[in-house]
Amino acid sequence: MLSVRDLGVAFGMVQPLSGVSFSVNKGETLGIVGESGSGKSLTAMSVMGLLPLSGGRITGGSVEFDGQDLTKLPERAYRKLRGGRIGLITQNPMTSLDPLQKIGPQVDDVAKLHLGLDGAEARARTEDILGTLRIPEPSLICERYPHQMSGGMKQRIVIAMALAADPDVLIADEPTTALDVTVQAQIIRLLDDLVKERDLALVLITHDMSVVAQTCDKIVVMYAGRAVEHGPVEEIFDRPRHPYTQALIACIPRGLDDATRLTGIEGTVPTVLNYPKGCPFHPRCPRAEAICATDPPEFSVAGDSAAACHFAEVANAQPA
Amino acid sequence: MKVSSMAIRSLDAFARMSIGRALSSGIGMVAGGFLILLVLVAVFAPLIAPFDYADQNLMNANAAPGWPHVLGTDEFGRDVLSRVIYGARTSLSVSATAIAISMAAGMTLGAAAGYFGGFFERAVMTVVDLTWSFPDILIALIFVAIIGPGLTSTTFAIAIAYLAQFTRLTRAQIVRLKRETFIEATINLGAKPSHILLKHLMPNAMAPVIVVGMLAIGDGIVLEATLGFFGLGAQPPTPSWGAMMSSGTAQLFLSPWVIIFPGVAVAITVIAVNLFGDELIRSLDIRDRLRGA
Repeated sequence: MLSVRDLGVAFGMVQPLSGVSFSVNKGETLGIVGESGSGKSLTAMSVMGLLPLSGGRITGGSVEFDGQDLTKLPERAYRKLRGGRIGLITQNPMTSLDPLQKIGPQVDDVAKLHLGLDGAEARARTEDILGTLRIPEPSLICERYPHQMSGGMKQRIVIAMALAADPDVLIADEPTTALDVTVQAQIIRLLDDLVKERDLALVLITHDMSVVAQTCDKIVVMYAGRAVEHGPVEEIFDRPRHPYTQALIACIPRGLDDATRLTGIEGTVPTVLNYPKGCPFHPRCPRAEAICATDPPEFSVAGDSAAACHFAEVANAQPA
Repeated sequence: MKVSSMAIRSLDAFARMSIGRALSSGIGMVAGGFLILLVLVAVFAPLIAPFDYADQNLMNANAAPGWPHVLGTDEFGRDVLSRVIYGARTSLSVSATAIAISMAAGMTLGAAAGYFGGFFERAVMTVVDLTWSFPDILIALIFVAIIGPGLTSTTFAIAIAYLAQFTRLTRAQIVRLKRETFIEATINLGAKPSHILLKHLMPNAMAPVIVVGMLAIGDGIVLEATLGFFGLGAQPPTPSWGAMMSSGTAQLFLSPWVIIFPGVAVAITVIAVNLFGDELIRSLDIRDRLRGA
């Protein structure tokens, strides 16, 4: 449905994103994971064609959706896709709704715009969608203002807006970051159900490995603006081959077993201005050798997954 | 057509709710009540005024307040009360018309400049800032030189004098709002620029502009009076509070009522407009509004 190949993005002279590839089909959930600043949100923006708004441009690769290359699509045609066939759920539900408008009209507008429904039809559809998102008393909620609702509820409204025009692809950019843990689980489950019920292709952007483990079919691990490992979720979790993926998995808290302490990864993500040469992860990598600082690693394929590491062949012998 | 009706509808609903709530507080009720009364007086001036504003009676010039001339008469023996009542027409209509023109033009220019940015924004803002560098009186003089003295010049002079304020304010609001997440979210949903601008940006940008507009009406009344005072505004015998005060200066010590009563009218009206404007600020905050309801 949606396939991104070797995507590169530049803002002026800096190149925060390069060589990102992934694809997602109907009824499938793809997880994009990585720490803050690894280029996850930028990838979402590129797919939505929003880069020109913030002064960025696509320098290479392609974003193919339903047989057409979106990187060459004019803005006017892009508008029909946005919200119509590709929905985006943004990070912060608290500020994603117009504070001066009631919920109903805000959701109605999407169906009016993309499906050409009139007022009453759009409202009926809105209430219907709110119902499927397990929002109690949709007709009452439609008359509320955003500030009268909780964060979890607002996130559901944002999801409702993304779904209102029945898109084929849904991109959820850290949809649970701003929410309580209990609500997080509900929202994730909701998204998971939507994929099954509506045969959606979901791209779930997150830094939470446990969420990925629960919901995704495939994952892409990103680091410093590059994809470092990708493959089916079971393979990646069972046999992570990139040291960064291994470290991320090692960081998942494992309950109240007092023998284990929480682990972290030493150091911080490099910023766009000081991306290391060679393998971007080498300054923090436990198994880095001289070659890592000079030569960028190629993807080494094993089964359905691939890892960009010079030592990917031996890496899974002893997971970190 | 569709776009403009959309804009009017949102503006209308917005104004109705806020003005209603501004009226419901104590100060707001007194100030708003006075303004409503003033508008009624201006509209029904011919029914209320005891005399014709232009009727001269030189035999009875500079008569002190008493009966039948409750507020006395001026140097031509014209009834001061009648002239103050008719003067409300001039002051309110000139100021309100001028501010309405100024607001409409300023909001359009400011919103377009803020939304589209780039060269267009710089061009608009440079021109608008230029108007700010001229004193109001000078702008009025330019108009007087072009179209001659009178209320039309006054109206345009006031409109131009406040244009920069509305343009800058609207532009600043739009530039700030443009980066808000909910605007990004609207773009993500595929909205057209006209939809984003009229349905999301403008309503959210409007609150402070409306308040400044209300306060500017007060200033506009003063400016109209000033221009009238210098003889650049309303021409005789049309009564305007400023022009009345101007003619009254000649007999300031002989018949102070000629200058005092229009002065008091200006003062009370401006105070009422400002107080009401303050209440409006409070009532325009939607969160506050719903908490009260």
